[in-house]
Amino acid sequence: MSRRTPRRPEYRKINKDLFVLTYGALVAQLCKDYEKDEDVNAYLDKMGYGIGTRLVEDFLARSCVRRCHSYSEIADIIAQVAFKMYLGITPSVTCHNSSRNEFSLILDKNPLAEFVEELPAGRSSLCYCSLLCGVIRGALEMVNLAADVTFLQDRLKGDSVTEIGITFLKKLDEKKYRRKK
Amino acid sequence: MADEALFLLLHNEMVSGVYKSAEHGEVENGRCITKLENMGFRVGQGLIERFTKDTARFKDELDIMKFVCKDFWTTVFRKQIDNLRTNHQGIYVLQDNKFRLLTQMSSGKQYLEHASKVFNKLDYLKKGGEGLGTWLSGRVLAYMHKAPGKFQVMIQKL
Repeated sequence: MSRRTPRRPEYRKINKDLFVLTYGALVAQLCKDYEKDEDVNAYLDKMGYGIGTRLVEDFLARSCVRRCHSYSEIADIIAQVAFKMYLGITPSVTCHNSSRNEFSLILDKNPLAEFVEELPAGRSSLCYCSLLCGVIRGALEMVNLAADVTFLQDRLKGDSVTEIGITFLKKLDEKKYRRKK
Repeated sequence: MADEALFLLLHNEMVSGVYKSAEHGEVENGRCITKLENMGFRVGQGLIERFTKDTARFKDELDIMKFVCKDFWTTVFRKQIDNLRTNHQGIYVLQDNKFRLLTQMSSGKQYLEHASKVFNKLDYLKKGGEGLGTWLSGRVLAYMHKAPGKFQVMIQKL
Protein backbone atom coordinates (compact mmCIF):
# COMPACT_ATOMS: atom_id res chain seq x y z
CA MET A 1 0.00 0.00 0.00
CA SER A 2 1.45 3.38 -0.87
CA ARG A 3 2.01 5.95 1.80
CA ARG A 4 -0.53 8.72 1.81
CA THR A 5 1.05 12.05 1.10
CA PRO A 6 -0.76 15.25 2.01
CA ARG A 7 -2.23 16.86 -1.05
CA ARG A 8 -3.75 19.93 0.45
CA PRO A 9 -2.73 23.14 -1.30
CA GLU A 10 -0.90 24.68 1.64
CA TYR A 11 1.69 21.94 1.61
CA ARG A 12 2.70 22.76 -1.91
CA LYS A 13 3.28 26.47 -1.53
CA ILE A 14 6.46 28.16 -0.48
CA ASN A 15 7.28 31.66 0.53
CA LYS A 16 7.24 33.86 -2.53
CA ASP A 17 10.09 36.03 -1.34
CA LEU A 18 12.28 32.97 -1.12
CA PHE A 19 11.57 32.07 -4.71
CA VAL A 20 11.97 35.57 -6.09
CA LEU A 21 15.15 36.22 -4.14
CA THR A 22 16.61 32.88 -5.18
CA TYR A 23 15.97 33.73 -8.79
CA GLY A 24 17.54 37.13 -8.30
CA ALA A 25 20.61 35.59 -6.74
CA LEU A 26 20.88 33.22 -9.67
CA VAL A 27 20.74 36.03 -12.21
CA ALA A 28 23.25 38.05 -10.21
CA GLN A 29 25.65 35.12 -10.13
CA LEU A 30 25.26 34.57 -13.86
CA CYS A 31 25.97 38.23 -14.52
CA LYS A 32 29.20 37.75 -12.61
CA ASP A 33 30.10 34.60 -14.52
CA TYR A 34 29.24 35.78 -18.02
CA GLU A 35 30.11 39.10 -19.56
CA LYS A 36 27.71 39.02 -22.46
CA ASP A 37 23.99 39.44 -21.93
CA GLU A 38 23.30 36.87 -24.65
CA ASP A 39 25.20 34.24 -22.68
CA VAL A 40 23.21 34.94 -19.53
CA ASN A 41 19.96 34.87 -21.49
CA ALA A 42 20.94 31.58 -23.13
CA TYR A 43 21.90 30.02 -19.82
CA LEU A 44 18.64 31.06 -18.18
CA ASP A 45 16.69 29.74 -21.14
CA LYS A 46 18.51 26.43 -20.96
CA MET A 47 17.85 26.14 -17.23
CA GLY A 48 14.23 26.97 -17.82
CA TYR A 49 14.07 24.27 -20.45
CA GLY A 50 15.35 21.71 -17.98
CA ILE A 51 12.80 22.86 -15.43
CA GLY A 52 9.96 22.88 -17.95
CA THR A 53 10.58 19.31 -19.06
CA ARG A 54 10.05 18.15 -15.48
CA LEU A 55 7.44 20.67 -14.45
CA VAL A 56 5.02 19.57 -17.15
CA GLU A 57 4.61 16.17 -15.47
CA ASP A 58 3.71 17.81 -12.20
CA PHE A 59 1.35 20.09 -14.06
CA LEU A 60 -0.44 17.34 -15.95
CA ALA A 61 -0.78 15.28 -12.79
CA ARG A 62 -2.29 18.10 -10.79
CA SER A 63 -4.30 20.09 -13.24
CA CYS A 64 -6.59 17.49 -14.87
CA VAL A 65 -6.54 19.35 -18.17
CA ARG A 66 -8.58 17.79 -20.86
CA ARG A 67 -7.36 17.04 -24.32
CA CYS A 68 -6.63 20.14 -26.37
CA HIS A 69 -7.79 20.54 -29.92
CA SER A 70 -6.16 23.77 -30.89
CA TYR A 71 -3.15 25.96 -30.17
CA SER A 72 -5.35 28.64 -28.72
CA GLU A 73 -6.68 26.18 -26.15
CA ILE A 74 -3.12 25.37 -25.20
CA ALA A 75 -2.20 29.02 -24.90
CA ASP A 76 -5.24 29.57 -22.68
CA ILE A 77 -4.29 26.66 -20.47
CA ILE A 78 -0.74 27.92 -20.10
CA ALA A 79 -1.98 31.34 -19.09
CA GLN A 80 -5.01 30.48 -16.99
CA VAL A 81 -3.99 27.21 -15.38
CA ALA A 82 -0.22 26.83 -15.43
CA PHE A 83 0.77 30.39 -14.63
CA LYS A 84 -1.90 30.57 -11.97
CA MET A 85 -0.78 27.32 -10.41
CA TYR A 86 2.91 28.05 -10.28
CA LEU A 87 3.24 31.79 -10.08
CA GLY A 88 -0.15 32.94 -8.91
CA ILE A 89 -0.78 35.23 -11.87
CA THR A 90 -2.99 34.98 -14.94
CA PRO A 91 -1.58 36.63 -18.03
CA SER A 92 -3.98 37.54 -20.80
CA VAL A 93 -3.69 35.80 -24.15
CA THR A 94 -3.84 37.39 -27.57
CA CYS A 95 -3.51 35.75 -30.96
CA HIS A 96 -1.37 37.34 -33.62
CA ASN A 97 -2.15 35.73 -36.88
CA SER A 98 -4.92 34.14 -38.87
CA SER A 99 -3.24 30.75 -38.97
CA ARG A 100 -3.57 30.87 -35.17
CA ASN A 101 -0.19 29.55 -34.22
CA GLU A 102 1.32 32.76 -32.80
CA PHE A 103 0.20 33.92 -29.41
CA SER A 104 1.22 36.42 -26.79
CA LEU A 105 0.95 36.22 -23.05
CA ILE A 106 0.69 39.68 -21.57
CA LEU A 107 1.84 39.94 -17.97
CA ASP A 108 0.81 43.08 -16.11
CA LYS A 109 2.79 42.00 -13.14
CA ASN A 110 5.92 39.88 -13.34
CA PRO A 111 6.43 38.12 -10.03
CA LEU A 112 10.01 37.13 -10.82
CA ALA A 113 11.03 40.74 -11.15
CA GLU A 114 9.19 41.99 -8.08
CA PHE A 115 12.30 43.28 -6.39
CA VAL A 116 14.04 44.50 -9.51
CA GLU A 117 13.83 48.23 -10.05
CA GLU A 118 15.90 48.33 -13.17
CA LEU A 119 18.43 46.30 -15.06
CA PRO A 120 22.05 46.69 -13.94
CA ALA A 121 24.19 49.21 -15.74
CA GLY A 122 25.67 47.81 -18.91
CA ARG A 123 23.12 45.00 -19.03
CA SER A 124 20.51 46.53 -21.24
CA SER A 125 19.92 43.41 -23.33
CA LEU A 126 19.50 41.15 -20.36
CA CYS A 127 16.21 39.28 -20.49
CA TYR A 128 15.74 38.96 -16.77
CA CYS A 129 13.01 36.34 -17.07
CA SER A 130 14.46 34.22 -19.83
CA LEU A 131 13.86 31.30 -17.54
CA LEU A 132 10.12 31.56 -18.15
CA CYS A 133 10.60 31.20 -21.90
CA GLY A 134 12.69 28.10 -21.38
CA VAL A 135 10.14 26.61 -19.00
CA ILE A 136 7.30 27.04 -21.49
CA ARG A 137 9.40 25.72 -24.34
CA GLY A 138 10.58 22.68 -22.39
CA ALA A 139 7.10 21.85 -21.14
CA LEU A 140 5.60 22.08 -24.63
CA GLU A 141 8.33 19.95 -26.09
CA MET A 142 7.60 17.21 -23.58
CA VAL A 143 4.10 17.01 -24.99
CA ASN A 144 5.45 16.95 -28.53
CA LEU A 145 4.82 20.55 -29.40
CA ALA A 146 7.76 22.45 -30.77
CA ALA A 147 7.50 26.16 -30.12
CA ASP A 148 9.56 29.31 -30.21
CA VAL A 149 9.15 31.28 -27.02
CA THR A 150 10.67 34.72 -26.64
CA PHE A 151 10.15 37.98 -24.85
CA LEU A 152 8.52 40.52 -27.11
CA GLN A 153 8.23 43.27 -24.54
CA ASP A 154 9.82 43.67 -21.15
CA ARG A 155 8.82 46.12 -18.44
CA LEU A 156 12.36 46.15 -17.18
CA LYS A 157 13.49 47.51 -20.51
CA GLY A 158 11.01 50.34 -20.48
CA ASP A 159 8.03 48.77 -22.19
CA SER A 160 4.61 49.17 -20.68
CA VAL A 161 3.98 45.48 -20.18
CA THR A 162 5.86 42.23 -20.25
CA GLU A 163 4.90 40.15 -23.25
CA ILE A 164 5.92 36.58 -23.98
CA GLY A 165 5.45 35.39 -27.56
CA ILE A 166 4.75 31.73 -28.29
CA THR A 167 4.94 30.51 -31.87
CA PHE A 168 3.91 26.91 -32.37
CA LEU A 169 6.05 25.26 -35.01
CA LYS A 170 4.63 21.80 -35.49
CA LYS A 171 1.22 20.32 -35.99
CA LEU A 172 -0.50 19.27 -32.80
CA ASP A 173 0.18 15.62 -32.06
CA GLU A 174 -3.12 13.82 -31.67
CA LYS A 175 -1.77 11.38 -29.12
CA LYS A 176 -0.92 13.89 -26.47
CA TYR A 177 -2.97 15.18 -23.56
CA ARG A 178 -4.63 11.86 -23.13
CA ARG A 179 -5.35 11.26 -19.50
CA LYS A 180 -5.68 7.53 -19.31
CA LYS A 181 -2.50 5.69 -18.35
CA MET B 1 2.69 32.28 -2.68
CA ALA B 2 4.75 30.47 -5.27
CA ASP B 3 4.53 26.79 -5.93
CA GLU B 4 6.93 24.44 -4.21
CA ALA B 5 7.48 22.22 -7.24
CA LEU B 6 8.75 25.13 -9.27
CA PHE B 7 11.09 26.26 -6.55
CA LEU B 8 12.50 22.78 -5.97
CA LEU B 9 13.16 22.35 -9.67
CA LEU B 10 14.78 25.76 -9.86
CA HIS B 11 16.96 24.93 -6.89
CA ASN B 12 18.00 21.59 -8.40
CA GLU B 13 18.81 23.20 -11.72
CA MET B 14 20.89 25.86 -10.05
CA VAL B 15 22.92 23.32 -8.17
CA SER B 16 23.46 21.05 -11.15
CA GLY B 17 24.17 24.05 -13.35
CA VAL B 18 26.93 25.20 -11.04
CA TYR B 19 28.47 21.75 -10.97
CA LYS B 20 28.19 21.25 -14.72
CA SER B 21 29.87 24.51 -15.56
CA ALA B 22 32.58 23.71 -13.04
CA GLU B 23 33.66 20.73 -15.07
CA HIS B 24 35.00 22.96 -17.77
CA GLY B 25 37.30 24.94 -15.54
CA GLU B 26 37.34 24.46 -11.84
CA VAL B 27 37.64 20.93 -10.61
CA GLU B 28 37.68 21.29 -6.87
CA ASN B 29 34.31 21.07 -5.21
CA GLY B 30 35.08 23.87 -2.88
CA ARG B 31 34.60 26.41 -5.62
CA CYS B 32 31.13 25.18 -6.47
CA ILE B 33 30.04 25.15 -2.89
CA THR B 34 31.34 28.68 -2.50
CA LYS B 35 29.24 29.80 -5.44
CA LEU B 36 26.18 28.17 -3.98
CA GLU B 37 26.96 29.61 -0.59
CA ASN B 38 27.25 33.08 -2.03
CA MET B 39 23.90 32.74 -3.69
CA GLY B 40 22.36 31.45 -0.51
CA PHE B 41 23.99 34.25 1.40
CA ARG B 42 22.39 36.80 -0.87
CA VAL B 43 19.02 35.18 -0.52
CA GLY B 44 19.36 35.02 3.23
CA GLN B 45 20.29 38.66 3.28
CA GLY B 46 17.15 39.64 1.45
CA LEU B 47 14.92 37.35 3.46
CA ILE B 48 16.18 38.47 6.82
CA GLU B 49 15.87 42.13 5.92
CA ARG B 50 12.27 41.61 4.99
CA PHE B 51 11.40 39.47 7.96
CA THR B 52 12.98 41.52 10.68
CA LYS B 53 12.22 45.05 9.64
CA ASP B 54 9.34 45.24 12.09
CA THR B 55 10.67 43.06 14.86
CA ALA B 56 12.43 44.24 17.95
CA ARG B 57 16.14 43.85 18.45
CA PHE B 58 17.40 40.43 19.36
CA LYS B 59 18.41 40.29 22.99
CA ASP B 60 21.02 37.56 22.80
CA GLU B 61 22.16 34.67 20.69
CA LEU B 62 19.52 32.37 22.07
CA ASP B 63 16.92 34.84 20.93
CA ILE B 64 18.38 34.74 17.45
CA MET B 65 18.39 30.95 17.41
CA LYS B 66 14.80 30.83 18.56
CA PHE B 67 13.90 33.24 15.80
CA VAL B 68 15.64 31.00 13.28
CA CYS B 69 13.98 27.85 14.55
CA LYS B 70 10.49 29.22 14.81
CA ASP B 71 9.74 32.30 12.75
CA PHE B 72 12.36 32.09 10.04
CA TRP B 73 12.01 28.37 9.41
CA THR B 74 8.23 28.56 9.44
CA THR B 75 8.12 31.42 6.99
CA VAL B 76 10.60 29.83 4.63
CA PHE B 77 9.83 26.11 4.99
CA ARG B 78 6.35 26.21 6.52
CA LYS B 79 7.36 24.22 9.56
CA GLN B 80 9.47 24.74 12.64
CA ILE B 81 12.80 23.17 13.40
CA ASP B 82 12.13 19.86 15.13
CA ASN B 83 15.01 19.85 17.52
CA LEU B 84 17.42 22.44 18.84
CA ARG B 85 20.35 21.53 21.05
CA THR B 86 23.16 23.63 22.40
CA ASN B 87 26.22 23.25 24.51
CA HIS B 88 25.70 26.78 25.86
CA GLN B 89 29.10 27.67 24.54
CA GLY B 90 28.17 28.97 21.14
CA ILE B 91 27.41 25.75 19.30
CA TYR B 92 23.85 24.98 18.29
CA VAL B 93 22.54 21.99 16.42
CA LEU B 94 19.30 22.39 14.51
CA GLN B 95 17.49 19.32 13.31
CA ASP B 96 14.79 19.32 10.69
CA ASN B 97 13.46 15.80 10.25
CA LYS B 98 11.71 16.52 7.01
CA PHE B 99 13.86 19.12 5.36
CA ARG B 100 11.82 20.33 2.41
CA LEU B 101 14.65 20.80 -0.01
CA LEU B 102 15.86 17.26 0.44
CA THR B 103 12.73 15.18 0.79
CA GLN B 104 13.06 14.05 -2.79
CA MET B 105 16.75 13.29 -2.70
CA SER B 106 18.32 9.94 -2.20
CA SER B 107 21.40 9.64 -0.05
CA GLY B 108 24.79 10.63 -1.23
CA LYS B 109 26.96 13.50 -2.14
CA GLN B 110 23.92 15.35 -3.38
CA TYR B 111 23.01 16.23 0.16
CA LEU B 112 25.96 18.47 0.60
CA GLU B 113 25.59 20.13 -2.75
CA HIS B 114 21.97 20.88 -2.40
CA ALA B 115 22.04 21.96 1.15
CA SER B 116 24.99 24.27 1.02
CA LYS B 117 22.85 26.99 -0.43
CA VAL B 118 20.36 26.76 2.32
CA PHE B 119 22.59 26.70 5.29
CA ASN B 120 24.33 29.74 4.13
CA LYS B 121 21.14 31.58 4.23
CA LEU B 122 21.41 30.93 7.92
CA ASP B 123 24.91 32.30 7.86
CA TYR B 124 23.57 35.62 6.82
CA LEU B 125 21.02 35.50 9.52
CA LYS B 126 23.79 35.72 12.02
CA LYS B 127 25.29 38.67 10.25
CA GLY B 128 21.81 40.10 10.21
CA GLY B 129 22.07 39.94 13.93
CA GLU B 130 25.08 42.20 13.63
CA GLY B 131 23.19 44.63 11.52
CA LEU B 132 20.55 44.78 14.19
CA GLY B 133 23.01 45.93 16.73
CA THR B 134 24.16 42.73 18.34
CA TRP B 135 27.69 41.55 18.39
CA LEU B 136 27.33 38.11 16.98
CA SER B 137 28.50 36.49 13.86
CA GLY B 138 28.09 32.86 13.09
CA ARG B 139 29.35 30.13 10.91
CA VAL B 140 27.02 27.44 9.78
CA LEU B 141 28.45 24.03 9.21
CA ALA B 142 26.49 21.00 8.26
CA TYR B 143 26.84 17.32 8.81
CA MET B 144 24.45 16.31 6.13
CA HIS B 145 26.08 13.01 5.38
CA LYS B 146 25.40 11.83 8.88
CA ALA B 147 21.87 13.04 9.19
CA PRO B 148 19.82 14.85 6.59
CA GLY B 149 18.38 18.08 7.85
CA LYS B 150 20.92 18.60 10.58
CA PHE B 151 22.66 21.95 10.73
CA GLN B 152 25.36 22.92 13.13
CA VAL B 153 25.75 26.59 13.88
CA MET B 154 28.79 27.99 15.58
CA ILE B 155 28.31 31.47 16.89
CA GLN B 156 31.48 33.45 17.17
CA LYS B 157 31.45 36.49 19.30
CA LEU B 158 33.26 39.41 17.78
